[in-house]
Amino acid sequence: MQQRLKIGVLYSRVRVEEKWIFGAMEKRGIDYDRLDDRAIHFDLNDPRPWQLYDAVLERSISYNSGLYALRLLNAFGVPTVNTASVAEICGDKLMTSAAFARDGVPQPHNATAFTPEAALEAIEAFGYPVVLKPVVGSWGRLLAKVNDRDAAEAVLEHKSTLGSVQHSVFYIQEYIEKPGRDIRAIVIGERVLTAMYRKSEHWITNTARGGEGELCPITPEIEELCLRAAKSVGGGVLAVDLVEHPEKGLVVNEINHTMEFHTMQPVSGIDIAGEIVEYVMSIAREYA
Amino acid sequence: MSTVACPECEAQVQLEAGTEVGEILVCSDCGVDLEVIALEPAKVQLAPREEEDWGE
Repeated sequence: MQQRLKIGVLYSRVRVEEKWIFGAMEKRGIDYDRLDDRAIHFDLNDPRPWQLYDAVLERSISYNSGLYALRLLNAFGVPTVNTASVAEICGDKLMTSAAFARDGVPQPHNATAFTPEAALEAIEAFGYPVVLKPVVGSWGRLLAKVNDRDAAEAVLEHKSTLGSVQHSVFYIQEYIEKPGRDIRAIVIGERVLTAMYRKSEHWITNTARGGEGELCPITPEIEELCLRAAKSVGGGVLAVDLVEHPEKGLVVNEINHTMEFHTMQPVSGIDIAGEIVEYVMSIAREYA
Repeated sequence: MSTVACPECEAQVQLEAGTEVGEILVCSDCGVDLEVIALEPAKVQLAPREEEDWGE
């Protein structure tokens, strides 16, 4: 007789997404534990308590906590959704860009530099405006649209003086005149589940910043691009953000590995939480 | 449905049916974020402030 699978869900806060995921677990009668990342601890000499899990779904809000937990779990041989390797790439915009560059996935023009002087040189080579982004960060936080050299000098100095050490990795992106929207697609395994336009008057279209969602048809181009991008970062449960570039067409801006879908699920009418749970169970069964 | 006092302004905050431990509520009086830390009896505390590495 096949043993009953045991699942862990690592989380920081019970957002609506976690409520839906817990609900989907309970609806299916799945044996699962809620693992608050602020309360857990790992004994490196005794991985056995963790090895009781057939799979762990990582939903931490803290990138650092989630990433290190995934690294430890994977080192203990516990399958995770997503893997530590996927989190390393998706949680760091520069790593994501590097993966896309390696695999020829179309993306905005990006550059990086490690000192304000070198960053200014790179920005001047781009021409204005440009966008400066922290390599680690989300929800549209600390993005800066830089319109001229004066602003560039000021932002670079502020970042290097006031920011954490990570802000000294300057990530520079061309400013894209997008049509007041971008596209978010949910990819689970080999499938593009659904896609949504995120509309906003503001140049930052993130729904965490007030952008509104509207269903986007999954064209063959969107499907092909999303699957290529997801494969490039290692695959799993991912939110692929696309931008309609006026010259290049669709480009992949970034991929989120612990995506929120409180707008996407009602807009699409698709049970995304249920699909995530089904995927986690398929991973658990594969490695059991 | 139960109510708790907001630790910031002492207004009565309602916990709707289905509220879970770990959920964030907003005090309708002072607007502060509150984390539910217990049910029956309900307890809340000020939610931690957003950190730089938080996100999706």
